[in-house]
Amino acid sequence: MAYINVPKGLSGIRGLLAFRTETARGIGILTEELLCSDVGISRGEREIIAAYVSLLNNCYYCTTSHAATAKYHCDADEEFVLKAINDPENSDLSPKMKALMAIAKEVQQHGQNVQQHHIDRARNEAASDLEIHDAVLISALFCMSNRYVDGLGTFQPKDKSLYDANGKIRAKEGYLASMPQTK
Amino acid sequence: MAHIPTQPGLPGISSLFAFRPETAKPMRELAHVLLYSESSLSSGDREVIATYVSSRNQCVFCTQSHAAAARAHLKEDASIVDDVLLNGVNASVSDKLKSLLTIAGKVQKGGRIVTDEDVALAKSLGATDMEIHDTVLIAAAFSMFNRYVDGLASFTPQDPADYVEMGVRMASVGYIPPKS
Repeated sequence: MAYINVPKGLSGIRGLLAFRTETARGIGILTEELLCSDVGISRGEREIIAAYVSLLNNCYYCTTSHAATAKYHCDADEEFVLKAINDPENSDLSPKMKALMAIAKEVQQHGQNVQQHHIDRARNEAASDLEIHDAVLISALFCMSNRYVDGLGTFQPKDKSLYDANGKIRAKEGYLASMPQTK
Repeated sequence: MAHIPTQPGLPGISSLFAFRPETAKPMRELAHVLLYSESSLSSGDREVIATYVSSRNQCVFCTQSHAAAARAHLKEDASIVDDVLLNGVNASVSDKLKSLLTIAGKVQKGGRIVTDEDVALAKSLGATDMEIHDTVLIAAAFSMFNRYVDGLASFTPQDPADYVEMGVRMASVGYIPPKS
């Protein structure tokens, strides 16, 4: 049970977004902009960064949710997504994505951990300024969302099929469709 | 120098906001609701929580700018800001604010560290569900803002005097740019 009185039946971040719609708006729009953009890295790659950072932050709800969404963006290839977030350097991610995942990992640890060599590696793999920016901000965003979800002790179902079903919808509709108050 | 090309002269997060206006807008709005809009927690106390989290994340830009905003809100009680920066939860602030700073400090480290007891203590000292929610989300949001500012190595003025005017502006108009 969450530490605060969120609407019944809504798990994870969904209960929190319903509890405070004024802050939900900014969080929803920012998430949509960063995860549903088609400029630069793909939607699937953006979701993989989100799931990876959530895993590093040990947030079950966000990791499972975003890994499921990533799967549906990546031809339902669950094995590819799980390998990407558990061992990115030895996964089938592109060299550019491996470099961006390395940046996301440093940001998750501490903003000042990002060194010039991390940036140089990404540029050598042809990452654009926007892709580097978005990798940093997706990692930072999930350092917020993960803390929000876990810091308020939200209910996180253990049944993975629930996350899978929701991930399929998120991959199709994005994040704002399920938030009527932000339309 | 920042890791991505930014407009010269714009400090910290302002330079990143100018680089990507689509993400700037919801981030500004979130900061505005959490720190400036009407709430049962004063803006001074909320800016102190933001300052405390930024200081623990060693983000100089966010610490200095929000400390300046907190001082502008708190006026004659501005010394609270430096007390919290120096002494953390042992500062001479109300027991309720101490309990909220304790929760914020734990969220800064990781969401799972917050316990039922931390929340029960804050509630016993008069904190409402909304105040606990906002404390956790302020701490979480600054775990984002701090990483954004430092992860892209945005320009950070080193002289505390450079932040005074910035803080006064943040305290008077908030975080959503005035419509032109």
